[in-house]
Amino acid sequence: MSEINKADNTMPQVMREIFSGGLVRTVISILLGFLVGALFMIGSNKEFIESLGYIFARPGDALGAAFAVVNEGYGALFRGAIYNADAETFEKAIRPLTETLRLGAPLIAAGLGIGLTFRVGLFNIGGTGQLIFGMIFATFVATRLELPFVLHMVVALIAGIVGAALLGAFVGFLKARTGAHEVILTIMMNYIALYFFTFLMRDPALLQETRASGNPKADAAAETALLPKLLGDNYSLHWGLIFALLAVVVFWWLMERSTIGYRLRMVGFNPDAARAAGINVEKTYILAMALSAGFVGVAAANQTLGTAIGVTPSSHANIGFDAITVALLGGSSGPGILLAGLLFGAFKAGAPSMQVFGVSPEVLGIVQGAIVLFIAAPPLIRAIFRLPKPQTTNALEAIRKRIFTRGGGSK
Amino acid sequence: MTTSKETEVKVGYKSPIVMGSIGLLTLVFLGLLGRDGMVAFEISRRTDSLQLPTLDIDSSLLGVLSGLAMFALAGFSFSKAIKNLKTPIWVSIVFGLVGVTALLGWLAAEKSVPIAFIAGTALVLAVPIILGAMAGIMSERVGITNIAIEGQLLTGAFMAAVVSSITGNFLFGIIAAMVTSALLSMILAVFSIKFLAQQIIVGVVLNVLVIGVTNFLYQQWLTEDAENVNFPGTMDIIKIPVLSDIPLLGPVFFENRITVFFAILIVPTIWFVLFKTRLGLRARAVGEHPLAADTVGINVGRTRFWWVTIGGSIAGLGGAALTIGNAGAFGREMSGGFGFIALAVVILGRWNPIYASLAALLFGFSIIMRVWANQVSPGIPTDFITMVPYVVTIIAVVGFVGKSRPPKALAVPYVKG
Repeated sequence: MSEINKADNTMPQVMREIFSGGLVRTVISILLGFLVGALFMIGSNKEFIESLGYIFARPGDALGAAFAVVNEGYGALFRGAIYNADAETFEKAIRPLTETLRLGAPLIAAGLGIGLTFRVGLFNIGGTGQLIFGMIFATFVATRLELPFVLHMVVALIAGIVGAALLGAFVGFLKARTGAHEVILTIMMNYIALYFFTFLMRDPALLQETRASGNPKADAAAETALLPKLLGDNYSLHWGLIFALLAVVVFWWLMERSTIGYRLRMVGFNPDAARAAGINVEKTYILAMALSAGFVGVAAANQTLGTAIGVTPSSHANIGFDAITVALLGGSSGPGILLAGLLFGAFKAGAPSMQVFGVSPEVLGIVQGAIVLFIAAPPLIRAIFRLPKPQTTNALEAIRKRIFTRGGGSK
Repeated sequence: MTTSKETEVKVGYKSPIVMGSIGLLTLVFLGLLGRDGMVAFEISRRTDSLQLPTLDIDSSLLGVLSGLAMFALAGFSFSKAIKNLKTPIWVSIVFGLVGVTALLGWLAAEKSVPIAFIAGTALVLAVPIILGAMAGIMSERVGITNIAIEGQLLTGAFMAAVVSSITGNFLFGIIAAMVTSALLSMILAVFSIKFLAQQIIVGVVLNVLVIGVTNFLYQQWLTEDAENVNFPGTMDIIKIPVLSDIPLLGPVFFENRITVFFAILIVPTIWFVLFKTRLGLRARAVGEHPLAADTVGINVGRTRFWWVTIGGSIAGLGGAALTIGNAGAFGREMSGGFGFIALAVVILGRWNPIYASLAALLFGFSIIMRVWANQVSPGIPTDFITMVPYVVTIIAVVGFVGKSRPPKALAVPYVKG
């Protein structure tokens, strides 16, 4: 009896904690992002603009046009990214979902990398450069070495990770030694890496394809190095997804369970306190940048070994930058980044389908930007929706304990 | 950023070492192992009324001479370092000019170098970078990191093209570019000052948002109706009487579009306001020590807000320079990294408008040199030429060529206690 009363008393506090938490804010941000995108779709729609001329006479027309364009746009996104109910067979209908998984995989892996630096209090804007360095190493192994099946792929994957991690470690080293800001270093490295990669792909003696066409392009990865298809030849989904999921597990273990992760988080929380506690902060920066870039390297291997076409200077597909938004939306946590990567992967997968239905898929860039803008300023969302401030009480934790700990809750 | 190394007074020998090494590279690769053949430096353009003779020199000889000149500058820097004095900034500038000359001569063996064309184009290309860097300096001097320069430029470029096309008046286009870009900067300012959001994140996010919005409108609107909304053309080139007849300097500086003249005027103005007026002193105080500024009655939040906003409007003008000042129409993501280059330029120029503009010219040179080198000496890998300014920036931030020190309170939100 007393137990129930106690629960009742704590309920409002629990609600307050839930609504002040990151999850509700994230959901609101995503919904608002889609709303902003919808407004842009409506505002640029011809039927809607024409119906505005007589909006007071027949307001239904404007509303109808607005609803139609949003329905069409996001409907096409759904059909292109999740499930296409119009397809003849289930195999074809589910194909969009596999594309989402395929395109989401590198975003997840790279997002983990960027998220790791956020947790250490660093900003790695250099995903693109690190991805490119990973691609250089992976391309070398995949096109210039001859190894047996599976082993070739594994070596190329590791090469991608190592290549990216080397550049990351170099930036971390420069920061640790000179105090230079990693944001500037990583942005400059993006350009240097891109031009260096282009240079390598111009010379047949280096990485250019053997049937040189004059354009910077590398050979296709050897068949022994290609990531095998996951669901048979009808789907392009390949093992990149498995590696991305493994990366999530490794990330979670690394950050939440390992000593290294504890050290990383401690430096992120308060570098001065960490230093006082005997942690070598400079070394931690180098380690953090190397680990971060290592995760980006998984994405690099995915880009290099995922298709049977040779890489070009644009094969980085802006994943390094998108990863920043992925990490932000995912709150720098493993599961969060997994979901965020899948969402933005769905955007990439659904874009062609939107194009077919006459809606510019570029609107998804607006949705993406708006979502992270709302995420970036928690007080803004709190102010708009009058959400409570973050709670320092632990009413929610108490309930969780009561549910999950047998008998422990009554204490 | 705050390491104990900042307080060290010893100058060290990094500058002369770096300069000497670059000099050695120049001497060997552009000089001794350089290319044979005469190079003609054309001072006058062929259309000029007053024709000056070309300066002819052997390509590899020029490389050797440049290398030796660089050694001399490195030696001068060394002599300063012995006395524990910093290398004067003019030495770096002369060093850069010698390097550019050697590179031009190397590329154009057996050909001629149209100096006025190259320098003029470099300036036109540098204008968006210069104006973007001014936005960076103005917001970073008051303590707000501005990663959103790219977005500000893109906004300006888009608005200038669209509004000029619709109204048929370039002035309206410029005003629209400046106002919209200022509005965008207000988001950065409000998020940083009021919501205490991570400034770097807000900047990155604003870039993503602007790229998204302009891409969408470009695809949905500008390509559908290009004749009416994305066909502004470029502004007329204005020749300043008398001054534009000066050989070399005339065509480079005094025969330009209005955006270039704006840039030439704005840079010294910002320098003057920042370092010679009470307004600038207050701004710098806010960026260095907001608490102290607040104590003496300066409104930190308001100062930051207006400097960031006005800076944004200048970046908007820089965006206008991309479309109606150069390309003549808006293209997808046409700022193409200029905003990030501007960020580098801010640091290379040590948060000083004049030095930053010179650094921007370095980037302008590297862009035109790549284009020109492909015409004059096809087959030379120009990727390394393009890389140079980025490498120089890294060398600068890691403190080899004079430590660049950012404003103390950069990226630190100020909460009134």
